[in-house]
Amino acid sequence: MKTDISDLRGDFPILDQLVNDEPLTYLDNAATAQKPNQVVAALTHFYQTDNANVHRGVHTLAERATAAYEDARHKVTHFINAAEPAEVIFTKGATDSLNLIASTYGEANIEAGDEIVISIMEHHSNLIPWQQLALRKHATLKYIELTPTGELDMADAETKITDKTKIVAVAHASNVMGTVNPIAALTKMAHQHGAIMVCDGAQAVPHMPVDVQALDVDFYAFSGHKMMAPTGIGVLYGKRDLLAAMPPYQFGGEMINFVHRYESTWNELPWKFEAGTQNIAGAVGLGAAIDYLENLGMSNVQAHEQQLVNSLLPQLTADRQIEVYGPHDPARHTGVIAFNIKGLHPHDVATALDMEGVAVRAGHHCAQPLMETLGLVATARASLYIYNTQDDVDRLIHALNETKEFFSHELIKAE
Amino acid sequence: MSLSKLNSLYREVILDHADHPHHKHALTNATTTMTVKNPTCGDVINLDIDLNEDDVITNIGFTGEGCTISQSSASMMSDAVLGKTKDEALKMAKTFSDMVMGKQHDQADLDELDDAAILSSIVSFPARIKCATLSWWALQRALLSNQQEESDGEA
Repeated sequence: MKTDISDLRGDFPILDQLVNDEPLTYLDNAATAQKPNQVVAALTHFYQTDNANVHRGVHTLAERATAAYEDARHKVTHFINAAEPAEVIFTKGATDSLNLIASTYGEANIEAGDEIVISIMEHHSNLIPWQQLALRKHATLKYIELTPTGELDMADAETKITDKTKIVAVAHASNVMGTVNPIAALTKMAHQHGAIMVCDGAQAVPHMPVDVQALDVDFYAFSGHKMMAPTGIGVLYGKRDLLAAMPPYQFGGEMINFVHRYESTWNELPWKFEAGTQNIAGAVGLGAAIDYLENLGMSNVQAHEQQLVNSLLPQLTADRQIEVYGPHDPARHTGVIAFNIKGLHPHDVATALDMEGVAVRAGHHCAQPLMETLGLVATARASLYIYNTQDDVDRLIHALNETKEFFSHELIKAE
Repeated sequence: MSLSKLNSLYREVILDHADHPHHKHALTNATTTMTVKNPTCGDVINLDIDLNEDDVITNIGFTGEGCTISQSSASMMSDAVLGKTKDEALKMAKTFSDMVMGKQHDQADLDELDDAAILSSIVSFPARIKCATLSWWALQRALLSNQQEESDGEA
């Protein structure tokens, strides 16, 4: 039986507190999500009953820990519809996953004169690994630009992706503008030109159903902590034939088959890419977070957030003192909304909101080239998740109005 | 209204300096120029200083973008160090740094900071300390880089 999504707050004791004497309104979910009791309990249970190192011991705890770790991998496999668990590699997070691809596949396959195509809305984690790979290999890095409404310009993508392109790497959902990119269409384009498709799913997997086989992407990266799992655990999905042909990422224990004095052979997939003792408890926590999300149903998760966006976004775009970046159509928007109060610096806005108990992010959101393209130094960003309610939306709007009143003489100056 | 808590940070003096910043202009042919950025928010301060042969700050100007706190802090810092010697200004930067970190300091040293001393309230807003210190950091680096160049020249 599915849990009622409108009443989850009991699972998140952290939300039940006063911040600066006001009820906490947590709207910084694009940075990291809160953890439900179920995930914390899974960690506690693992450490109190099953903890041991995996794949190494013959004793009972080692077997239990291994089973728990591999069970989490099966859950991920099912959750993103990978073809088999061998295609699911545990990493530290999306950044680690993307660096892994650049350092292994990229290092082995990119040559001078090749082209790597990314988009201008990428988070630094899906930008710098490719920028540095291009510099190392004397390859060319190209950017797909935006349409005036802040969506990916697919006509520009047609011109940027050519027969010289070897890798296309684009975010599934923007961590700034709340846009969802047409990954299946981009993947088709990449494949027609013989390029592989890498997708950064850090802002998508926690919020919408994702099917890596339907998208036909070659690699897909995401973090656990943005979907209520602990920090320090993430996933790299890759197609088996590509993973099998790639050199290892790091060397050490666990990733080997036989080690001799002057040569070694590698373990089979996925362990070839999991050198050293992994974040075992983190993987178990990720499994528990997936259970939690699947119990709600990802379509319901998406619908719940959409309902809040339908309320929040039009209130922000209708306010002539507020500028919203990205699409203004709620139907084309995730729960990530970047905005500024005109004439006020987002840091001042974020401090004022914090005094009202409202937690938002202010800054460049690890997307400096995007900020430069938009002609901005920084923005405020509110981002929603499953435990947010209409009350949270109302509190944000109220706090923004209070902020405008407090700084009213600054705003008059700006007009 | 419930944002009254903000009054402890955004005092009238601070808002005045942010609205009408003093010395907010570039100097032509400045003796020393320094640009610093706050990487967490992208704020930038370009600081120009004229030092005479006695190491006295005879002119100071800043440009750049930033929040209310960083802009007003730059304005108050410029007021405070104008006419001071390099050593005096560096001592004030140290006092300011100690003050915003909540360390103990002499009231006499605080008085030297003039309006800038009002930013002691930033202690209650730890996420904003960097906004307040950005311009003082620029000052320190500008004055010390000058010294560095001199000592390089002597060597």
